[in-house]
Amino acid sequence: MNLIFELSQPGHGTEYFPQSDVPEIALPENLLRKSALRLPEVSEVDVSRHYSRLSKQAFGVNSGFYPLGSCTMKYNPRVNERIAALPGFSAVHPLQPADTVKGCREVMDQAKELLCAVTGMDGMTLQPAAGAHGEFVGMLLIKKYFDKRGQQHRKKMLVPDAAHGTNPASAVMAGFDVVNIPSCENGCVDIDALKAALDDNIAGLMLTNPNTVGLFDPNILEITQLVHAAGGLCYYDGANLNAIMGRVRPGDMGFDVVHLNLHKTFSTPHGGGGPGSGPVGCKQALIAFLPHSRMYEPDASEDSIGQVRAFYGNFAIVVRALSYIFSLGADGMREASETAVLNANYLMHQVAKYFPLAFDTICMHEFILTLEKVKQDKGVSALDVAKALLDEGMHPPTMYFPLIVHEALMLEPTETESRDTLDEAAEAFKRISETINSNPERLHESPVTTPIGRPDEVAAARNPVLRYQYE
Amino acid sequence: MNNPESLMYTKSHEWLHRDGDTYEIGITDYAQSELGDIVFINLPNVDDEVVSGEALADVESVKAVSDILSPVSGTVVEVNEELLDAPEKINEAPYHAWIARISSVTDVLETLTSAQYEEFLKQEE
Repeated sequence: MNLIFELSQPGHGTEYFPQSDVPEIALPENLLRKSALRLPEVSEVDVSRHYSRLSKQAFGVNSGFYPLGSCTMKYNPRVNERIAALPGFSAVHPLQPADTVKGCREVMDQAKELLCAVTGMDGMTLQPAAGAHGEFVGMLLIKKYFDKRGQQHRKKMLVPDAAHGTNPASAVMAGFDVVNIPSCENGCVDIDALKAALDDNIAGLMLTNPNTVGLFDPNILEITQLVHAAGGLCYYDGANLNAIMGRVRPGDMGFDVVHLNLHKTFSTPHGGGGPGSGPVGCKQALIAFLPHSRMYEPDASEDSIGQVRAFYGNFAIVVRALSYIFSLGADGMREASETAVLNANYLMHQVAKYFPLAFDTICMHEFILTLEKVKQDKGVSALDVAKALLDEGMHPPTMYFPLIVHEALMLEPTETESRDTLDEAAEAFKRISETINSNPERLHESPVTTPIGRPDEVAAARNPVLRYQYE
Repeated sequence: MNNPESLMYTKSHEWLHRDGDTYEIGITDYAQSELGDIVFINLPNVDDEVVSGEALADVESVKAVSDILSPVSGTVVEVNEELLDAPEKINEAPYHAWIARISSVTDVLETLTSAQYEEFLKQEE
């Protein structure tokens, strides 16, 4: 299909500029454009049709089942949108005087308080724009903590080999030296490897729990105690919080810093529907280092790491998350997590009839299939099965992650799917497994029902075209 | 799998070739086939000091980013800049696509012969 630039025809554009409600001022000559804006000239109805066409080519949680592991693609309740659209939230300006947006400030304060209650933290910032940004902010907090204590030599950040790739990246960006520690066969922390890595230079440990294979680490208290005993801090990657909300809190497991993904656990839009939001919580000892907004908190601590995002972060997303928390209440949030775990276990048992599990045990909110043997025996890879699932009308699971599992497919159904949807997904896996046995070659051709078959990912990565090329 | 007998191998799937005082380092055929199509490589700088067992370079494939660990401690004397524009050479000919040459070597990790490496791969499966 055409890009909107390719639809452009001279004279077709329509310019609706509302009358300015502020006095016009003249900009200095050197700040003025010398050439006209090269905007596409397209009529309003054609713009509307263009984006409607595009939306039909995309797949979102409103299109079908979306079990993308580690991403918690749950339904985004419409009531959140209704609340966020209230003029008191949607028609405010970040530069207007703070005492004219008291309601918005109250929303932020309540959100911080409730997110602290869910995570067992003492302080919270809403500024980070998404998960990895939150990780980076968390790392800066830990760095500042050791700087203030005169322990700048503590530069070693331990990251298990099963971690999300963003963990080591965030730690390196914050100036730490990442030390990879191997995981046990079940993806949990290898206590002996952890002990061997601990010394006086340790800054901390970054951990996801339940971990990236969907299992809750049974040694979590011992792990955090060992890190603390060595003088380090423990960082909780909140990607998998959806498994434990209202059941157990990272703060009670011994974590000192936590990031959350409101766009995962707290039902705000994820992916193209974003933006995201990655609040960071911390224990009392780190509160003085939290980011602040110069306008919102003029007397913030001298020791703050500073502002990490313009204004207040993605405020409208925080409104949606608070709407979610109030809709569910404490009991509802616990039930959501319990249902997420139940759904994952139900789907795991259904799908395990057709494809081997990487870890044959009770899982938390997600589970992993390994297609290593299928690939060896039949030449069908995890990628082929993922593509075939597109033809079944569902979004594929996460592929090739975590790296410790070969030919991995990681499924996270979330609590918002019905048993019928899970049964339909299991049927899709069944049909694909039958095709693998009868006609494996066919899997290499899928998908055949989508607007685009298999994009050339290699060419796209090697020669990316990132913007429209004017002639 | 054809892993040349003239090379030494590591359990983290690097190969090394000794030429006098210089060690040439690359990744094995198994490594490139597991990674899939390589789209980007981050090379060390000439004169960088590298430590055995630590990252020498990293490669990015459509699946993942992976560190290439240095099997030796020493000083980088040459890097294969050709790979920057053509990382696919690692997929096409892994035993010709050397990544870096290292001299002033003070430490070499335990290495495997091609037969031992093939045995190791069988155990891994």
